Amino acid sequence: MRVVIGQGSCGIAGGAKKTEDEVRKQLQERNMTDVTLDKTGCIGTCYLEPIVDVYGDDGILQARYVKVQPECVTDIIQEHLIEGKIKKEYAISEEDEKILLSQNRIVLRNCGIINPERIEDYIEIGGYEGAKKALTEMTPEEVIEEIKISGLRGRGGAGFPTWFKWNAARQSEGKEKYIVCNADEGDPGAFMDRSVLEGDPNSLLEGMIIGGYAMGACEGIIYVRAEYPLAIARLEIALGQARDRGFLGKGIFGTDWDFDIRIKAGAGAFVCGEETALIASLEGERGMPRLKPPFPAQKGYWQKPTNINNVETFANVPWIIMNGGSAFGAYGTEKSKGTKVFALAGKIKKGGLVEVPMGLSLEDVIFKTGGGIKNDKSCKAVQMGGPSGGCIPADLFDTPVTYEDINKTGAIVGSGGMIVMDENTCMVDMARYFLDFTRKESCGKCNYCRIGTKRMLEILERITEGKGRDGDIQLLEELALKVREGAMCGLGQTAPNPVLTTLRYFRNEYEDHIYNHKCTAKSCKALISYEVTDKCVGCTMCARHCPVNAIAGKVKEKHEIDTEICIKCGKCAESCKFGAIEVR
Amino acid sequence: MNTEKKNMGNEMGQDFTLLAPTLEKYAGVPGSLITILQQAQEIYGYLSQEAILYISERTGILPAKIYGVATFYAQFRLQPVGKYLIMMCKGTACHVNGADRVEEAVVEHLGIQDGETTEDGIFTLNNVACLGCCSLAPVMMIKSAEGEETYGNLTKDSVVRILDEIRERESQEVQ
Repeated sequence: MRVVIGQGSCGIAGGAKKTEDEVRKQLQERNMTDVTLDKTGCIGTCYLEPIVDVYGDDGILQARYVKVQPECVTDIIQEHLIEGKIKKEYAISEEDEKILLSQNRIVLRNCGIINPERIEDYIEIGGYEGAKKALTEMTPEEVIEEIKISGLRGRGGAGFPTWFKWNAARQSEGKEKYIVCNADEGDPGAFMDRSVLEGDPNSLLEGMIIGGYAMGACEGIIYVRAEYPLAIARLEIALGQARDRGFLGKGIFGTDWDFDIRIKAGAGAFVCGEETALIASLEGERGMPRLKPPFPAQKGYWQKPTNINNVETFANVPWIIMNGGSAFGAYGTEKSKGTKVFALAGKIKKGGLVEVPMGLSLEDVIFKTGGGIKNDKSCKAVQMGGPSGGCIPADLFDTPVTYEDINKTGAIVGSGGMIVMDENTCMVDMARYFLDFTRKESCGKCNYCRIGTKRMLEILERITEGKGRDGDIQLLEELALKVREGAMCGLGQTAPNPVLTTLRYFRNEYEDHIYNHKCTAKSCKALISYEVTDKCVGCTMCARHCPVNAIAGKVKEKHEIDTEICIKCGKCAESCKFGAIEVR
Repeated sequence: MNTEKKNMGNEMGQDFTLLAPTLEKYAGVPGSLITILQQAQEIYGYLSQEAILYISERTGILPAKIYGVATFYAQFRLQPVGKYLIMMCKGTACHVNGADRVEEAVVEHLGIQDGETTEDGIFTLNNVACLGCCSLAPVMMIKSAEGEETYGNLTKDSVVRILDEIRERESQEVQ
């Protein structure tokens, strides 16, 4: 038998290492040498971590155990591994299993199944067959044609047709060409690329080999964020094993084509998601964008033709080559073909990664697949596309998730991050959060972005601090439109989107903040107050927890908060066992 | 007097022979500045002025340019850090799930702000953009010589407990 423990970053953060240690210890103590202990990447159901799978000797999955803390291990080993009975109490629920099975997994096809540190696992389920087929049976033009048929569009944000970029790089003159993978997943709230890098690094390498062959590249470079140490470690293992097998290096797959891939660790700059900034960073410079044209396909890395795609895009490629472009195109809609991975996070019950065909409604993704809102609160909106995207209100959740339909709402599909918000999320604060982010990440090259984001942030800060002025909304709107028009690169052009969409759908919240000094979500500190209600029994707990002695009252009598002294830290409400302290 | 000062500088942990192999490998390769700086920070924990001058000398890149690159990227630090680097995630999912309150608890408990180090040199607090563990928000990663550890589903109480445990371990090691 084989016991497999999911160990992506999220699994490890959920305690997978401790569970693994316990399993290893018990297997040794019981001298169960016929059981092997193995690891895999993230299957996507982050809310169920740590996850332990038990496979029989025939390789068939017998049971998937979820939320396995070290104290559950004894029971599982005793009842399942020794007595052969599935320990139902810890097994995945039917509902959760159904959600997993209902997905169409192309990008995530191997994540949470194979051991990412063993290339044999990948090869065994057909890995590198796509590269072999492309290199030995197809011309580069045929590869590009197949990608064109598939309708694959860039999964990093802009949604540009992948075949077009490959073809442009192929058409460019010169022998020295580069293929680059943007693994600098900078959108705070998206983590599908990390999952692929950690869970199935070989599918990225294979996708890059195929892409490199199609465009005629001499080298591949993976630009990966330094914040993903586990991803870098697993990529390095995969690269070493692929070289040992002859999948990278000189004359690969029996052809006369030499191709290798190296890793370049990014150093933390959101703007490096922009192609020309990424190239500047690869060259060891400050990651500042430059004007296009010339496009990277003509003049990129060291002025040579360069093609850049992101991790998810590349991970689709081997599957498309093996199964055909039309099989991929059978999923999704006419203009947004295939499947897409979405990262569900925020106030959602079943947070994690899901891969579904494009064209499902937001409602389906968030409620059917994501299980709805935590603590059964009401859903207010979903933020899509990170700092470049926007907020879509709950009453537009019948919108199909396609590039075109999401754009119409003012948001973008982006890299597929969906941050779900409930009634306690203040939309003005959300806009402030994103502007704070883009203001910090602006490279400073052009005035509109550098100064415009700063001025917008100042206005948003004063609104959330209760100092909003008449005319602020109009000023914000004017600034937002000017920055969108005047900024040079994608970062600046899209930075106003969170402001524009919240103004469009939640203008009343802005007005409430400014004119009524009220934050309906009860989130902005300056606009809320704590009050003791009649539920108070006078237990004195709150008064003892208050760090500034703002609460007075006798034992067994209703207490009172002096709002002049109160610093609104919320400790009283947390300490009250009777729910007697209300936020107004 | 001058030599004495120089020696003191070196005693502060800046033994440049450790960086020599990196420079050997990369000094002549165009576009390697970020890689060199990353290695230097890995060795010394931060980029000191002396380290920047040394790299400049060996690569021929002007110190001003090295400084420009070092200050552009969030990863690089120009000040030494504590034994444990707290990387507090400020990603969207963490923000929505109350990362600010968790950070407040850390700030209050350790008496340091973002970017600062505790007086005993044990902790440095750094806010980072996103650690990619969004469904376990709020999240932080603590980096030390033993590696990185990620902690999820943080609350004001749990974060204080985690920090206290580390401090406890440290004081035992000292004894």
